[in-house]
Amino acid sequence: MISVIPRYLFNFVFFVLLQVLILNKIEFSGYLNPYLYVLFMLTLPFETPGWLLLLLAAVLGLSVDMFLNTMGMHMAASILLAFIRPFVLARIAPRDNYETGTLPLPSYYGFPWFLKYAAILVFIHHFFYFFIESFSIINFMGILLKTIGSTVFTMVVMMVTLLFTYQKKRRI
Amino acid sequence: MRNFLRFIIQHHFTFLFIILELIAFILVVSYNQDQRNIYLSSSSKLAGGLFQSFSNVEQYFSLKEVNRELSNDNAFLRSQIPTTFKNSKDYFLLTGDSANPHQYKYRSCKVISNTVGKHFNYITLNKGALDGIKPDMGVLSGRGVVGIVINCSDNFCTVLSILNPRLKISAKLKESDFFGSVSWDTESTLYAILDEIPEHANVNIGDQVITSGFSATFPEGILIGTVEEVAHPEGDSFYKIKVKLSVDFSRLSYVEVVENIYQEQQKQIEEDTKQ
Repeated sequence: MISVIPRYLFNFVFFVLLQVLILNKIEFSGYLNPYLYVLFMLTLPFETPGWLLLLLAAVLGLSVDMFLNTMGMHMAASILLAFIRPFVLARIAPRDNYETGTLPLPSYYGFPWFLKYAAILVFIHHFFYFFIESFSIINFMGILLKTIGSTVFTMVVMMVTLLFTYQKKRRI
Repeated sequence: MRNFLRFIIQHHFTFLFIILELIAFILVVSYNQDQRNIYLSSSSKLAGGLFQSFSNVEQYFSLKEVNRELSNDNAFLRSQIPTTFKNSKDYFLLTGDSANPHQYKYRSCKVISNTVGKHFNYITLNKGALDGIKPDMGVLSGRGVVGIVINCSDNFCTVLSILNPRLKISAKLKESDFFGSVSWDTESTLYAILDEIPEHANVNIGDQVITSGFSATFPEGILIGTVEEVAHPEGDSFYKIKVKLSVDFSRLSYVEVVENIYQEQQKQIEEDTKQ
């Protein structure tokens, strides 16, 4: 368990920097904002205790917020994601449950499973984020449209990232 | 306490989530201008509405206090107007000059018992002889004449209300200065009868009926009511005028007792003259 800490520490810094330095510069027609940093939350081990999930989500969201000047918004969305993650994992668990020592990654449980898992959480995260961004339900359709577009975009970027980073490592 | 702690530990995940979300929310509204504006405006709408309805209720509870203060103010202000000073000089009078001796003193009192439905109606006030109230003092409300004090104990006094056929108040028409007397005919709590106005007087409906100031009880010019109906009974040389009382006796709460300092003197000289 201790051995994974340096890797996740690296992941943390990597995702935050990737988000604030590169991905946030991408913005297609105002609807597509990929927020890849949530991948850090998604890839945390199954055994991560709840309080650690929440605290990590808060710190992660806050670090992104500090760079993007959106104090508290990413934080709130990430915390919600962390809160819902255990429930979603329990819901979509495979028949023989999760094996110990595995991570929630496509290399362990296949792309369809990961796609389902990631899509649900990313959608919730994005929806909550855009909701806080507009802070009203007057423009509900606009929020929904933005959420769907950005979710798809984030998922695409996420899959590409996973193809390049995790797959090879897990093979060993 | 132990159960409470156990409950918190059991649900620490949810509690931590709520606490962190609250922190995030506070950060959002304190550092982001747009969200802050929306939050402030909506919360002020909510809080404003809440405070408004709360203060509406609260105001109701403080009405008693407000009434008392207003009534005190009324008594004070009445004692400042020119008619309360004894106007013994026939040249012009400097208004509010305290060098002129007061002729009328006003005391604010609360009505603690009041009847309107009976044949002989009396009002009880919360001040009595210890507060300087004596029989034969006049009683006014902000709207007009209420009655006359007839009886005093140490702390209370009873008032003969206009709605009592035993009371006759010397009154006059404001327009034409013809004087008569107002009394109650026991028919309606809203009306009284003005008698003894001679038939050559010119009476119009809507004319104001005021106190004449002859009786040494009331100052001159206090409103009693307005002329509602003028009747001229056959073979009588006086009008019988129906007066709509300006005071609503069914919701009387604060009144002022007026004391004429020269009442004794005036009565004395009138008595002496008759003998």
